[in-house]
Amino acid sequence: MRFVDEYRDADQAHALADRMAALCRPGRRYQFMEVCGGHTHAIYKHGLEDYLPDAVEMIHGPGCPVCVIPMGRLDDAFHIAEQPGVIMTTFGDMMRVPGGRGTFLDAKARGADIRMVYSPLDALKIAHANPGRHVVFMAVGFETTAPSTALTILRAEAEGIGNFSVFCNHVTIIPSIKAILDSPDQRADGFVGPGHVSAVIGCRPYEFVPRVYGKPLVVTGFEPLDVLRAVHQLLTQLAEGRCEVENQYARVVPWDGNARALSVIGRVMELRGYFEWRGLGWIPHSALKISERYAAYDAERIFQIPGVRVADPKACQCGEVLKGVLKPWECKVFGTACTPETPIGTCMVSSEGACAAYYNFGRFSRKRVREATRR
Amino acid sequence: MSPRHLDDPIREDAPLEDTGLENTSRPDLVPGAAQAEAAVREACELDQPEIPHGHMSGHSREEEVLERIERARKRRARVREDRITLAHGAGGKAARALIEAVFLEAFGNPLLEPLGDGAVTGPVAGGLAFTTDSFVVRPLFFPGGDIGDLAVNGTINDLAMCGAAPRYLSAGFILEEGFPVEDLRSVVASMAEAARAAGVWIVTGDTKVVENGKADGCYITTAGIGVIERPVRLSAAAVVPGDSVVVSGPIGEHGMTVMLARGGLDIETDLTSDTAPLHTLADRLLAACPGQVRCLRDATRGGVATVVNEIAAAAQVAIVLDESAVPVRPNVRGACELLGIDPLYVACEGRMVAVVAGDHADAALDALRSHPLGTDAAVIGRAGDDPAGLVLMRTHSGGTRVVDLLVGDPLPRIC
Ligand code: SF4
Repeated sequence: MRFVDEYRDADQAHALADRMAALCRPGRRYQFMEVCGGHTHAIYKHGLEDYLPDAVEMIHGPGCPVCVIPMGRLDDAFHIAEQPGVIMTTFGDMMRVPGGRGTFLDAKARGADIRMVYSPLDALKIAHANPGRHVVFMAVGFETTAPSTALTILRAEAEGIGNFSVFCNHVTIIPSIKAILDSPDQRADGFVGPGHVSAVIGCRPYEFVPRVYGKPLVVTGFEPLDVLRAVHQLLTQLAEGRCEVENQYARVVPWDGNARALSVIGRVMELRGYFEWRGLGWIPHSALKISERYAAYDAERIFQIPGVRVADPKACQCGEVLKGVLKPWECKVFGTACTPETPIGTCMVSSEGACAAYYNFGRFSRKRVREATRR
Repeated sequence: MSPRHLDDPIREDAPLEDTGLENTSRPDLVPGAAQAEAAVREACELDQPEIPHGHMSGHSREEEVLERIERARKRRARVREDRITLAHGAGGKAARALIEAVFLEAFGNPLLEPLGDGAVTGPVAGGLAFTTDSFVVRPLFFPGGDIGDLAVNGTINDLAMCGAAPRYLSAGFILEEGFPVEDLRSVVASMAEAARAAGVWIVTGDTKVVENGKADGCYITTAGIGVIERPVRLSAAAVVPGDSVVVSGPIGEHGMTVMLARGGLDIETDLTSDTAPLHTLADRLLAACPGQVRCLRDATRGGVATVVNEIAAAAQVAIVLDESAVPVRPNVRGACELLGIDPLYVACEGRMVAVVAGDHADAALDALRSHPLGTDAAVIGRAGDDPAGLVLMRTHSGGTRVVDLLVGDPLPRIC
């Protein structure tokens, strides 16, 4: 296994910090949104805010695919899981996400057979090993994880495994960025573009961001230096009066994306007309469903799901946090009623959620933390 | 049915043609009559050589049979089933056979052998440390160990962290009906081996069997008694600003090994569990730094991060860790990176965190490193005064962050 230390070097980080500070125009404030939850996590896990100039503020966007699943969809998933003979499988970070009727962990405690898997192929293995049961995989994620879901369906068909289906909740990144840019209270000066998603879709789809909305966007990876370099490139563009899509993550992201992965998605899935995002509401063409051709593997078609809409709790301000209008700690219930133990909104659940990341790693005054560690 | 049939139906190793049971591989499911017949035949065959022919003539048929039964009852107990049945927990003959043939056989020591309701020791000099722990692990067998040595070492370590020399252990087993006896033997053998290696005795125990599906194979509950031979006062609350936080070796090996051994992850590694008894290591440290060790904790569930948080909270000090000083083996780090898990939160079963007075950190390191289990010991942080109760970390890349308690298990992230 190759290590990532070359992207964690403290000396280089300090040098970048100096260069970033030099790029900031006195008196101006900069707000950049990192779209991807992975970046939010990296910023807090590595304490990267220490390196950012005081004038730069990061806004944590909607890019945690677990955080955006609406409560109604979770209730639908619990409904499927409670059908006789069903084994429900999903990723670890879905287990604690609250729906209208509790979480997967609660459904499991009520007797549903719910298993954590690391990939959809694991779910298929379970189906193979339990021919008398029906195994459903709760698929979540952006274009990052959609190809492996699609491949698993193709594999199931090729191997003639009939007791397997997918409850598809894949979402697409571009419409959500558009929705944020269209929202009247949006205030970002530039975007840090997602890394893994872009490895699939490439950089081209982001070109509308500078062209139509006049905001620069830099695609980058998840190591500390990746994130810092991306912010540096955004500041450079602003200082030089440029506004472009740049690829800081060329070691992983090809400009045109991964044609094979895209074609697999295209073969098995199609765009939904609308999909509800937690906090952001209904966004057109923002999610994928299983196409007609693979209906036999579509849990939504196999099971009559209630499809009830559950309104987000009144106190929840995840929408504002996801759009970057509020900082996590500005939410009325942050840290009081809403904590990682008792999440009200989904941003508090996944470790990539803006609120959870802030609660776990960032909730203390940077200055105090800095002083304590320097002493 | 004679009593013998209940617990001793058929020898596992008897060739099928001898038993007339060609059609079954589950001797415990054989219908009574065939079982009885086969058992009598077997008893005769087995006993034949011991019976001098001349004596036979003096006995009536009844005496002969009774004598045979008597001899059969006296023979060493054997467990002939290949799976645990409810009978093994019922306190009857099957249970007795299990205790004698599996547990006593492996653990045998003078305190256990009377098989009383409890073990009785002679007088003990010094204070006592007393601990209890339960072990549930899936899979039961993993690279580097199994639930058996985990249970023994885990209990020993709890005692060692009190500054005690571990002496006596108890072991309670909850077995699931259908659990392979072979697996039980392996678990028990590794418990015996771990106990022998650490110089402790397993002196009392208990077995219960629950119905199929009501447990996950085998659970073990232990208790342990240790003797405090050296005057120590170990307490997390005793930690003061200026103290150093030491870890005895590379972290996270046990937790990642078990997570990967559960399968479902196509990650090839050479990871093995770090399960080990820490009492001699702890003893060496305590001897080298008399009065200077504030507290010892084994970094099991929740890993080093959790232990350090508990210490910070108990002592109301700030603890600042240095991420690049924390020893993590490359294979653990690689697996953690892949799964999005922070090794600081991953369980260890053979590593301890020690807090020592700041000016004794070097002496503590020398002592630990002179022991085979402590060769990679390192100072990973120190205690300060502000912000009290918090753990902070200077990250690898030079940033800072808070290291908080986790809500539940570390769960792998998806992207
Ligand atoms: S604190 Fe809770 S309710 Fe408020 S925005 Fe965050 S996750 Fe949502």
